Amino acid sequence: MRSTYAIFRKEMGHYFVSPVAYIILAVFLLLSGFFFHVILSDMMQQQMQSQFQGMQMGFPAEFDVPSQTMRNFFGWISFFLLFLTPMLTMGVYAEERKRGTMELLMTSPISEGQIVIGKFLASLTLLIIMLVPTLFYQVFMYFHSEPMPPWRVMFAGYLGAVLLGASLMALGSFISSLTENQLIAAVLTFAAFLVVWVIDIGHSVGGGWGTVFSYLSIIRNYEDFTRGVIDTSSLVYYASFIFLFMFLTVRTVDSMRWRRA
Amino acid sequence: MIEVEDLTKSYGSVTAVDHVSFSVNKGEILGFLGPNGAGKTTTMRVLTGFMPATSGTARVAGFDVFNDSIEVRRRIGYLPEAPPLYPDMSVESYLGFVARIKGMPEDKLPNAVDEAMRKTNITDRRHELIKRLSRGYKQRVGLAQALVHDPDVIILDEPTVGLDPKQIIEVRHLIKGLAGSHTIILSTHILPEVSMTCDRVVIINKGKIVAVDTPERLTTQLKGGQRVRIEAVAPEAPLREALASVAGAERVQVEPQREGRVTATVEAQQGKDIRSAVAAKVVEKGWPLLELRGVSLSLEEIFLQLTTDDSAHAQPN
Repeated sequence: MRSTYAIFRKEMGHYFVSPVAYIILAVFLLLSGFFFHVILSDMMQQQMQSQFQGMQMGFPAEFDVPSQTMRNFFGWISFFLLFLTPMLTMGVYAEERKRGTMELLMTSPISEGQIVIGKFLASLTLLIIMLVPTLFYQVFMYFHSEPMPPWRVMFAGYLGAVLLGASLMALGSFISSLTENQLIAAVLTFAAFLVVWVIDIGHSVGGGWGTVFSYLSIIRNYEDFTRGVIDTSSLVYYASFIFLFMFLTVRTVDSMRWRRA
Repeated sequence: MIEVEDLTKSYGSVTAVDHVSFSVNKGEILGFLGPNGAGKTTTMRVLTGFMPATSGTARVAGFDVFNDSIEVRRRIGYLPEAPPLYPDMSVESYLGFVARIKGMPEDKLPNAVDEAMRKTNITDRRHELIKRLSRGYKQRVGLAQALVHDPDVIILDEPTVGLDPKQIIEVRHLIKGLAGSHTIILSTHILPEVSMTCDRVVIINKGKIVAVDTPERLTTQLKGGQRVRIEAVAPEAPLREALASVAGAERVQVEPQREGRVTATVEAQQGKDIRSAVAAKVVEKGWPLLELRGVSLSLEEIFLQLTTDDSAHAQPN
């Protein structure tokens, strides 16, 4: 436990002494802030239009601006995570291997599992640090909305974003553990993300396999959350995804002992 | 403290360490001498619990390095060939991190870090980022890292590589100071280093132990007599005869070169300087002497001598 915490602290220190985390945080917040503004303006315009049309037809149309904004906003968040996560995870193991510090960790009285968990918790924390400032946009919108929409949508959306981000981090870290080269790790991670992103294209084959493919898509499972729905099957999906790749990372870290370095 | 029995490590078809057995007593400094690729690093990596052996056993402080790996790792400080440093950390926080993952209790930690910095003489750079340190300081931080948790056994893989002569002397001094309270294995390919620091030497070549002895006995045994190498314009057979007749000459090897030139190596008996006698002999015969120099046995030759001993003696002199 203490060793895991030591690894966690070292990782957090590493993120924040280098400019990498700051730059990625800044880019993420800039993009998400800008798109939030654009989406909100767009939704309000659509609402006015639909109200205007509704009055002409004689019955007022319902248009839930906060929920619609949220849905679009979380869609964009997932898109940003797709691009930014590979840059955060590419060095997690590759850099340690290159610097030879992996040998220090592996000759210390800690298990591979403790190393992997410590590193994962650090990247998860960084993800949450990235997402927290965007809460301010939502809270701002909620307080200026009449009547106030259910908080549930917001909660589900953030839960989804954390789960999606954590899954991508787990996959990215695993790929980083396979190589000593950060650039290779980043490129492969991005490619792997695209695969789990678009795998529901396989839906078109239809039948049993089609269902399987669409269930495997990392983004299909995310969409429910953005609608304010917390589906158990999606929770299970993300939990198994994270567990699978953390387990595989433990195995690759362990396999370094058997390779000729 | 350390018992290695019949240890073998293969990477696929390559056998890096081949049935190696040796032991190290408590408080002793054992030198691991061998050319690059001899299996020194592999042996050390097995001992530190970094990688498992293919066959054979190794025990550190009574614990098997494979079955009780965690217990062994708790008791070992290890400096790999390239010091495992995090460039973005300060010296102090780095040593704190290492002490923590080595399982040192939090209340003893600040003292241990101070002590390790004092021993390696890096206290003045404690707040400096590691990436800003010079090569010598980095090596010392690496050493501090290996002893911060006060381990029973310290394993150092070529600890003086890349240091300047003054730093080398300091590091050797430090290592000698650690003996007694710690058991130390250090690897090197520098012969004098071993004679200066170690109580006992294991010479390893191509994964096999060639000799185990005290440095004193090994160096006298290995250095042998003086060797003189000459180049002259002379007929081969008469030159050999002439050189063999020099007083104190033990072995003569003659190799013809192009354009009538010949190179010859004369090995002298223990403790004799035959350079002037060799020069006089060649000049006396009226052969133009082109070059004459004393040759010291290089490590490669020592290994050659140790590993191909029988065939060397069989050669006609």
